[in-house]
Amino acid sequence: MDSLIQGFIKSVDLIFHLDPVLFGIIFLSLKVSGLALLIATTLGLPLGAVLGLKHFPGRDLAISVMNTLMGLPPVVVGLFVYLLLSRKGPLGFLGLLYSPTAMIVAQTILAAPIVTALCHSAIVNVDPIIRQAARTLGATSGQETLAVLREARYGILSAVIAAFGRVMAEVGAILIVGGNIAGYTRVMTTTIALETDKGNFELALALGIILLSISFIINAALHSVQQRGAAVPA
Amino acid sequence: MKLVIDHIRKAYDGRTVLKDCSYAFGGSGVAVLMGPNGCGKSTLLRICSLLERPDGGELHFKDNGLPLALDMQLRRRMTLVLPRTGVFKTSVFDNAAYGLKIRGFEKKLIAAKVNEVLSFVGLLHKVKQNARTLSSGETQRVGIARALAIDPEILFLDEPTASVDEENTGIIESLIGKMKRDGRTMVIMTTHDREQAERLADRLLVLEHGVLRETLR
Repeated sequence: MDSLIQGFIKSVDLIFHLDPVLFGIIFLSLKVSGLALLIATTLGLPLGAVLGLKHFPGRDLAISVMNTLMGLPPVVVGLFVYLLLSRKGPLGFLGLLYSPTAMIVAQTILAAPIVTALCHSAIVNVDPIIRQAARTLGATSGQETLAVLREARYGILSAVIAAFGRVMAEVGAILIVGGNIAGYTRVMTTTIALETDKGNFELALALGIILLSISFIINAALHSVQQRGAAVPA
Repeated sequence: MKLVIDHIRKAYDGRTVLKDCSYAFGGSGVAVLMGPNGCGKSTLLRICSLLERPDGGELHFKDNGLPLALDMQLRRRMTLVLPRTGVFKTSVFDNAAYGLKIRGFEKKLIAAKVNEVLSFVGLLHKVKQNARTLSSGETQRVGIARALAIDPEILFLDEPTASVDEENTGIIESLIGKMKRDGRTMVIMTTHDREQAERLADRLLVLEHGVLRETLR
């Protein structure tokens, strides 16, 4: 218990003294997860919109696949990306293994199905009359789609925030493909795992506090978005 | 603009809704299509407003005697107000402005036009309110304002008072009366209420067994 309290005090000290190692790790975490989220949203939102608005053969199967992929085990994704990027793998010539890029790829694979499935769900729940109303007022098919996306904006934002929460807390996949190299691929979650193993609880706790704070901010934002959406009748 | 429908047919899943509908709509004023629920009035309006294609027959739009192509440009010269107005989850202003925004009008012009139409329907005092928080009658009036904002040459109203209270029915009827007096827009509306039809119609049409015919008031 003593070490926990002391660790907690030291962690607060590290945070308030702007420890460069600590902030380097935080910055890399936010950079990797932020870029992964950006790519996942760029892919997932249009895909979710297509699944929500278009009817085509195999649509139901695609929705089921996306819903299943939401629960992808991170270590499986890590293994898959590792095999893809390892020297003997099909993309080994790119030399990306154990780099932040490889971590972004892994996190994108984890986040994209979440963005896609939750965006699909938000879009499909928009009253079909909205699309009809836009059409009656002379909207082109692109403008109709935008009208629907605007209606689903709170749900879409929730999807993006939920995906960010998932990638920020992820450890298995990025540990496998990033290698936890100090100053290069070491992020918050992998550092917590490593420092805990070493018995160095100060840094682990400091990062734990920051990770929890980020998670709290994300959840508060999500709650606020959901409340705003719920305040207006659907 | 004139609209001629020529032997229009439509069926859904093998059930014939419109068997043979022909009529020439022209000039301003109000044409009212009457008929029981499910007789195909809404389908006919959706076909006339180019939102749905008929299975057979033809639609002809003419301007100064010249035929018009059935394209997006023509579709934007008319609009349909649905029986249950789907208002967007945003302010009354943004709802009324939608048709103008998608046509690329300037902000100043949009503001002026929106003020004009919201005054017309008596909702200017609710311009900033979220449209989803309005009563069903007010919602329907937003639908009418939104349609009038784009200055349609033909305004289709599908059962405009079907889901509103008596007070709003009176307001909507008086709005239709004003449009009739303005003479700028051809109004084609449906109703299943005979008395309402007689109060509003310049021309009264009945849709029965999939066939459209003009009737005496």
